[in-house]
This record gives sequence, C-alpha cells and structure tokens, in this order.
Amino acid sequence: MAAVHEPLSPLSVPDASRRALWLHVLLTVGALIVGGWAFWNGFFFLRDTGTPKLVGAAVAVVWAAGTLTLFFFAATRIVEYLPLRWATRLQPFVFIGPAIAMVFYFLALPTARTFVSSLFNRDGSQFVGLGNYLTLFTAPAMLVTFRNNLMWLVFGASFTVILGLAVAALADRSRFERTAKAIVFMPMAISLVGAGVIWKFVYAVRDVSDPQIGLLNAIVIAFGGEPQAWIAQLQPWNNLFLIVIVVWAQTGFAMVLFSAALKGVSGEMIEAARVDGAGEVRIFFQIMIPAIKGTIITVAATVIIFTLKIFDVVIVMTGGQYGTDVIATQFYNQYFVNRNFGLGSAIAIVLLVAVVPVMIYNLRQLRRNERS
Amino acid sequence: MRNKRLFAAGVLLAGSMLAVAGYAGAAMAADMPQELQDALAGKFKGTKVTAFGAFADADEVKFNQNVADFEAKTGIDIQYESSKQFEATISTRVDAGNTPDIVDFPQPGLMGNIAKTGKLIDLTTFMSQDYLKGQYIQSWLDMATKPSGKDGKPTMVGVWERVNVKSLVWYPKKAFDAAGYKVPTTWDEMTKLEQQIAADGDTPWCIGIESGDATGWPATDWIEDVMLRTTSPENYDKWVLGQLKFSSPEVKHAADVVGSIWLDPKMVYGGTKSIVSTSFGDAPAPMFADPPKCWLHRQGNFITSFFPKDRNLQPGVDYDFFYLPPIDAQEGRPALVGGDVWAMFNDRPEVRAVMEWFTRADHLKTWLASGGTIAPQKDIDLSWYGNDIDRGVAKILAEATTVRFDGSDQMPGEVGTGSFWKEMTSWVSGSEDLDTALKNIDASWPTK
Amino acid sequence: MNSGPVRGRLPDIVINGTLLIVCLLWLVPTFGLFVSSFRTRDDVLTTGWWTVVPHREWVTTSTVPLPDGDRNGTMDVAGVSGTFATLRQGVVTPDGKRVVWVGNKRLGRIEVQDQEWSGLPAFTLENYFDVLTGKTYEITDTDGVKHTFKGDNLAGAFLNSMAVTIPAVVIPVVIAAFAAYGFAWMRFPGRKTLFAVVVALLVVPLQIALVPVLSDYVRLQLNGTYLAVWLAHAGFGIPLAIYLLYNFISALPRDIMESAVVDGASHLAIFFRLIIPLAAPALASYAIFQFLWVWNDYLVALIFIGSQPDVQVLTMRLAEIVGSRGDDWHLLTAGAFISMTLPLAVFFTLQRYFVRGLLAGSVKS
Repeated sequence: MAAVHEPLSPLSVPDASRRALWLHVLLTVGALIVGGWAFWNGFFFLRDTGTPKLVGAAVAVVWAAGTLTLFFFAATRIVEYLPLRWATRLQPFVFIGPAIAMVFYFLALPTARTFVSSLFNRDGSQFVGLGNYLTLFTAPAMLVTFRNNLMWLVFGASFTVILGLAVAALADRSRFERTAKAIVFMPMAISLVGAGVIWKFVYAVRDVSDPQIGLLNAIVIAFGGEPQAWIAQLQPWNNLFLIVIVVWAQTGFAMVLFSAALKGVSGEMIEAARVDGAGEVRIFFQIMIPAIKGTIITVAATVIIFTLKIFDVVIVMTGGQYGTDVIATQFYNQYFVNRNFGLGSAIAIVLLVAVVPVMIYNLRQLRRNERS
Repeated sequence: MRNKRLFAAGVLLAGSMLAVAGYAGAAMAADMPQELQDALAGKFKGTKVTAFGAFADADEVKFNQNVADFEAKTGIDIQYESSKQFEATISTRVDAGNTPDIVDFPQPGLMGNIAKTGKLIDLTTFMSQDYLKGQYIQSWLDMATKPSGKDGKPTMVGVWERVNVKSLVWYPKKAFDAAGYKVPTTWDEMTKLEQQIAADGDTPWCIGIESGDATGWPATDWIEDVMLRTTSPENYDKWVLGQLKFSSPEVKHAADVVGSIWLDPKMVYGGTKSIVSTSFGDAPAPMFADPPKCWLHRQGNFITSFFPKDRNLQPGVDYDFFYLPPIDAQEGRPALVGGDVWAMFNDRPEVRAVMEWFTRADHLKTWLASGGTIAPQKDIDLSWYGNDIDRGVAKILAEATTVRFDGSDQMPGEVGTGSFWKEMTSWVSGSEDLDTALKNIDASWPTK
Repeated sequence: MNSGPVRGRLPDIVINGTLLIVCLLWLVPTFGLFVSSFRTRDDVLTTGWWTVVPHREWVTTSTVPLPDGDRNGTMDVAGVSGTFATLRQGVVTPDGKRVVWVGNKRLGRIEVQDQEWSGLPAFTLENYFDVLTGKTYEITDTDGVKHTFKGDNLAGAFLNSMAVTIPAVVIPVVIAAFAAYGFAWMRFPGRKTLFAVVVALLVVPLQIALVPVLSDYVRLQLNGTYLAVWLAHAGFGIPLAIYLLYNFISALPRDIMESAVVDGASHLAIFFRLIIPLAAPALASYAIFQFLWVWNDYLVALIFIGSQPDVQVLTMRLAEIVGSRGDDWHLLTAGAFISMTLPLAVFFTLQRYFVRGLLAGSVKS
C-alpha cells in the first residue's frame, strides 16, 4: 500500500575508525575518479574501434552497472564518514541525487524552456504573452482535439485499467495463468509500426464486390452488412476504433502490475473471510480491491498520463486526419512540420497542465489512504 | 557509404563507366565549375561529405550506385543516411547545430522554412548564374530560390537532382486495347471515355489518398493539375504564394472539376468512401485484375514500383500512360512535377564539388538506366533512359509549355503539408462541404 | 506463499471460459499478421488471411464468351437468364453451379463456377528471407548490364539494438531504485514536493527535450555515440521508474526495516540486503517496460545516433526496408515478428520474478 508516508527515523551512522579515515576516503574518491575516467574514455574507445558489437554491449552493461554502483557506494561511504548531522542531511541526497540531476536536465529544464518559448511567436523573435494560448483555445481544430483526448481518457484509460484488473484477477485463479498473462501481454512487445500493420488488417476496407481483407469488415459482411471505413469515415466513432488498439496494447501493462500486487495480498486474510462464509465475488470487492488500492491508484494515474500523451498510434494510423487529432499530434505538427515554435510549445504546456489535477488527486488519495 | 559490397560493385561499374565518362568529361571540361574539376583530378581524396534525405531502400541503393563511380574517381566518401520522420529530424538537427553537409528536401516548402534560419549556403557564391542557366530552365531555378535569413533576401539555395512528372494517367494497356477504348487527347475526349466505361458497367477511375500522416496529398495533386489546365500560370503562382485565395473562383472551379469525378459514385472504384481509406500505393491494383475493375489512374511516374509484382507486368505491354489532357486549349500543355532538391549547410570545397556534380545530367546515368526517375538538367541525352516509359515521360516534360512544381510542396508547411491535405480529405470523406474546406485552408495560411 | 488457485464458488469453467474469450480477442489480430507474413504481397492485398484455411469457394470450371447482340437487356447465357447487373452478381443454378459475368459489357467472359474446397494456400518464406538476409536489388548500369546484389541484413541492426537497449535499461533501474528508496524511507526537507515534481514530469513529451539536449551533446561531442542515447533514455525513463518502484518499496513492511535499524544497519545496508531482494518483482516489471520502450523506439535513437548503416538500430532498419514511399510494407509483416522475439524472450525470463510473493503472510493491509 503506497503512501507518502513516514520515513524511518534517523538512522545511526556507523562510526568509522578515524585512524584509517584518510585512507578510506582516498580509496573511495580514487575509485570514483578511476571509474569515471574508465567509463567515459572506455566508451569512446569502444565506439570508435570496430570491436564486435556484442562484446561492446556486454562491456557497456558491466560498465554502466558497475560504475553506477561504484558511485553510489563511494558516495554513501563518504557521507558516512562525515559528522553525524551532516551525514544524515546529505545521505538522502546521495540516494536521490543522480535521479534528480538527470530528470532535471532531460525533462525539467526543457520544460522550462518550452514554457518560455510558448510566450513568444513562431520563431522566438517577438513576445506575445498569452497570445498562443488564446489561439489554441479558440481554434476549432483544437476543440476537436480536446474532445478527442477526452474520449481517449474516458474510454481508453478506464478500459485499460478495468480489463487489466479483471485479467489479473481471473488469471490468478486459473490453471492457465502463465499462458493467459503472456498472451495479454504480448501486444506490448510489438512496436507501434507493427501494431499499425496488424490493425490495418483488422480495419481494412475494400469495395463491396471485392473480397474483404479486413477482419472486421469480413465479419460485418458475413452478417449481411456493408463494409465500413472504420478509421476514416465513421466520425467521431473512428476514435473509438483507435482507442481499441491502444487498449489492446496497454492492458498488458496494467495487468502485470495488478498481478504483482494481487499476489502480495495476504492469503490468511482471504482464508479467514472464506471461513466466515464470504463468496468469491465479495472477497474480491471487499478485501482484495481495498488491499491493492494503492496500486490501483498508481496504475490508473500512469495509464491516464500515457493516454493523455498518446501520439504514435494516431500518427501511424491516420496522421491525425479524419478528426482523430490529439494534443500530442497537434504539438508535433505545429512544432516540427510548421516550425511554429510558439504555438507548439503552448500546446505542450497545456498537456502538462492537464496532468496536474491527476497528480493532485493521486497524492491526496494516497495521503487519505495512509490516514485510514 | 560504408557498405563494402556496394563499394565493390561500384568499382566494377566504375571501370566500365570510366571509359565513357572520361570522354564525356573531356568534352565538358570547359563548362565545369572549378571545384568539380579539382575533385575529378583527385584533389579532395580522403574527404567526407555527409548527406541526409528522406528516401531509402531501393532509391537509396540507386543513389549509392550513382555516387559510387564519383567516389571512385574523386576519392570523396559520400555518406548518406535517411529518416522516416524527416521533418522532425532535420528540424531538430538544424536547431541543435548538428547539420549534415548536404540535405535532400522532397519539398521545397520545407527547404524554404529552413532557409529562413539563414543556415543554407548561397549557391551562387560558387556557381555562376550563367552556368546555372545553362544547366536548368528558369522554372527550376526559380523554384530553388527562397527567402533566406532574417532579412528574407531571395537566395538560390538548392539544386534539382532528379524529378518526377505527375500529370500522367496510367492504364492497363492490354485490356484497354482489347476492349477497344481509345487514349484521349483532350479533356472532353477523356470525359467521353469515362462515360463510355461507365455505360459498359465499370467504374473508370481508381483513386486512393490514404498515406498515414500525409493522407490527402494525391487530392492536392489533382487540383493542382486541373488548376494548371484551367487558369494561367501566373494565377497558379499567385495561388502558391497565398495571394490568390483558395475560395477564389479559379480554385473553386478546379475543385469542382475534380469533384465531378471524385464525388460521383459511378466514376470511382469502390465509391467515394474508398478514396479516403485506400492507400495511394494500393489504389492502382484493381487496374491489373483480370479483367480490370477500373481503367484509369492519375499519378506520378514513381507509381510503377507499386504495381503488383507477382505478375511480371511489362511496361508498354501490360500498362502504359498518357498525358493528362488539357482542358482549356489556351493553357497549352502544362506539366506538374515533383522532385528532389539538394541544399547545402557546410561550405567546404569537396561539398561544393558534390553539389556541382548534381547539376550535371550525366551524374544520374546509372539511376536512369535502372529506371524510376527523370533528369531535370538540360544536358540530358534521351538515350540514357533505360526504358521507354521513362523516356516517354521525359519527352512530356521536354515538350511541356509550362512546368510548375507541385503547389502544396511549395506552400508553407501549415498549408501545404497541413490544412490543404486535411481539408481536402474532409471534403472527400463527406464531413465538410467544399466552401467550408476552402475557407478553412485560407484561414490557416500563416500570417508572419 | 499465496496458496495456489483459491477454490471458491466461482466455477473454474467461468474463469477459464472468460479468460479464453479474452485471450482469443487478444490473439486474433496478431495471429492474422502471423499468417500474413507467410503470404506473398499480392495475396495479402487481395484476400483476407483467414482464406488460408481450407474452405469451400466458387472455382471456375468453364468459360463461355460473352453473348452477342444487345447487352443492355435480359440475356440468356449458359442456361440462365438475367440482366448485366444480375449476372455480374452471379446467378446460382438449381444444380448448384454459379454463372457469373466477369468484366464489363465490352470486355469480359462468362464463368461457370462450382463449389469446391480450396486447395492448399501458397505459403512463402520470402518475406522473412528478405527481411533477415536483406532485399535483393537490381541495378542496370549504363551498358545495359543488370547487376543484382543484396542490401543490408538485420544481424547488425539486431546487435545494435541490444547494445543500445540493455544499458538503457540498467542505468535507470539502478538510479531509480536508489531514488525510490530515498523518497520512501529517508527523511529530508522538500521530500514530498520533489517527489510530486518528479512524477509530474511523466507527462512531458520527450520531443521537447530533443533540441536542447542535442545541442549540448554536439558541444560535448557526444552526439552519434551510444552513451548519448543511454543517458537520454535513462533520463526520460526515470520518472516512471521512480513512480513504480516507490509504490512498491514504500509498501514493504516497516517492521523488517526497523528491526534492521535496531540491529545497527545503515541505509545502504538496508538498501542492498533488504530492499533489492524484496523489490525484485517491481524491478523486473519496470525493467521489462523500459526494455520494450527502448527496443521499439525510433525517434530518440535516430536523433542521437543517426541512421548510418553500421550504427542503425532494428527499428530504423525495418523502417527503411519498407521502402521510400512504403511500397514494401508487406515486409513489415515478417519484420514485426522478428523484432518481437527478443522482447518476448525477456518477458518470459523475467516472468518468474512475478510469482515470488516473498511478502505473503507478513503484509498488513
């Protein structure tokens, strides 16, 4: 059960022997420097010579894992040698430092730059304040986009989570657990381009007088209907057909996480409830679901965020045409194709802002969870 | 180019071509710009030129074959790489300062967007206007001139390497002749042919505009072809520049002509609804059914690589093309073209040599022999084409009274690769009427 | 240990039946692609993949030329009568044959058809062959001589993908594991805010980071190296990693750790000796997701490594194989499956971590 909860009370830090202090520090720092140098230069060496690829990759893994662990180890040891007050203060930052640094550089900084860029015009030469935001909230194309994202959220995210939970729960009690989970998970291993081709074969439409090559239309015809252009023409329902693709691909993600969580639920409790005469369904809804509530919230939040960000499927299947544009495809068009950096950045910022309520709700739920 | 196998094959070719090229080289030496002469003399041995473009696979192999001989003679290593997400990649690399030496733009409109950054080299600094005028007709030079840098000075930034002609209608020749149909030479004759085919019980046209995120582009090609045939080239140019609005009577009329075919269910195989859901590459396939289910397909000459491969279709026997007929006699015989234009980011002598080499038709010899492209350079010899289809298309280009580049490729990105495609798709799919679509396109034209 | 499948009043048949339906729904689209990957391009474009299953279909047994005379009215042909329109649809005779007008009024034939079992479908390994060993290209040189040679095969791209993916999974896992522990069990100012910010960055579309990161890489001369793309993928993947790992690590039983503290263990000791083993399922889960994401990524690798033939990753190779305009997209049918093999292998290998359930019995909900 996740929570932004109480950490451990300040741990006592082992009092290292002062006599060997400088030696230890020297070794640790030395290891750090040597490791860093080896990492950096060794990589270039590997890259420029024609070392067999697999060897290069293996060495790379050893280096990556090795030097990272070396760094953490060395850093925490160093911190332990400091006076207790400093040690306690600094140690957390050793643990979270690299993560924060990377996230800051790769994500937070560009976001800040994007925000600044959204206040300027298309090539950054003129300050326009909130002009771009005004444009994008009044343009009819953007309103269609927002509507589509709402559809994605309501249908896509909810079905993914519900189906993931259902499959995880059912598989948990079935003999065919491993097979079922593997099958539901498999679409995640398929690249977006591959998924595009797969669903092309499901949604393809041909003239009535020709044999159908799309599965859905073949079924429709077998029942006496007319072939439909599922993705192209049935607006706005074509969004639903695209959503099906993503639910198909993403449910595996939810299922894997739910499965792990369900397995962690105490067997004793379930047995106790069963002894009390509770039925299967009641056990599921009143014991298991509350037990994994934290995971449900986590998975739901993640899925919602992914759904808001959806890009690849739409670009590959329709390119955003036929009224299937979503925020991310609009961003791509404005930013890269039209090179209107101001408007593109504004769209990206709107996407970020749309997520904030999700995060707030998430954190609040977790806190509430903790208190109960 | 690092692939050893291709290089070895290239050396083989080089041997056979040296004899020819040597003679041709000697005859043309007087015309050649300085850097190219230096290169052929081996002065840039061991240097490297990085190239980037959107073409891959078979085209990339043909390109590498073309350059193999050049690389052998000059010692310059041309390294080409491609990207499926061309706009995003080139945009990012330009903005991040990681530009390749030369870039192949499939659309001059995008080249224009990049030119605004001022990072493209002005080619007239090393190729004189006279030389360029000697190699290309004026239309090509105009289309490679873009406003550059902050002040927007029109600068010659690109050279056309190879092109394709779009005003062609393909038909299944064997069946066509067997059925007794005749190739039309005017638009009225073509309309009569369409009605004849319809009366015979078939739909005459195969049309498909689906193309992933580029869906809709064949629709723009049709409208541009009709524009060239119903209004003056000056109006066409104004339209491309945004001075003639989409909702003006000239453009509306062109769209109506296209609509009279596209929106008539008797005219299109699969009905209008299949236009938007059929991929442009799959669209001509019904022509090759036995007997054909549709008889006409208007598309650029690259489409031959999409024809069914199982059946060993022979050009000129199983399929052929005719020139999309003129509508208004006073507009002559215009040709709508598309092509690849190379621009330069980094100014070094060996890069200059490569760009200069692109301006000469003989650099395309291997590609022409293998088929699939047309050379825009003036010094082309029709015998270099490897098959009659290409030769026929080249003749159309040579005999055209007006040559204009694909309009949507030249318009600013928001329109040319954005609203023009999307609105046309909406109109054809029935979710919008024509006037609304045209109005929306006008509204999307960027104001600077 | 979670006691096996729990016996309850929900009958096995309901559970297994529902699972079966779900699995079929999930499997059928992929199966369609699998079948298609063994068919030729033209077959794929003209008939559905399910037609490979032997079925009864109309097969032409004889052909009759079109009737003379007026073809616009009712005609008698091959023993049936009808208009052009009805004959085109096909008229079924009482003795089970079908008479069909193939073509238009000007050119065509009348076919008499019988219901027969379709023969064995034409399977081909050509798609896989082309994808695995490289396509064959034919070039004519200026003397008119045709040369054929092979394009690049997949082996190099496969290895490159592995070289890119594995470190790009290991790095964020290690960094995020430390960070998740820090957020969950260590005390420091700004803990909650920092955590919220890190997780909020989950939503950032990575395209906005490409230009600034690339320009810095260019300045550091990092671009074109694998290190560049490992760091980028790690940076982009850490928010999700921290989020997932935090959820798991913070749910670990407090008493185990508190007793370790009482025994004099430092944070580092707790981390290595308790957290890592207990969090193995979560680490494995995240590792799988990151592996899939990096293995199937196209844009990040393209921007930071480029697509020169010797450093191309699998996704680039497959994208190129499709052709400049996508004319060989049928090769993707085989390509997608080849590309799927390794990620699936990874999934199956790491699957066993999911059932360890070391915590069972000791978790208070």
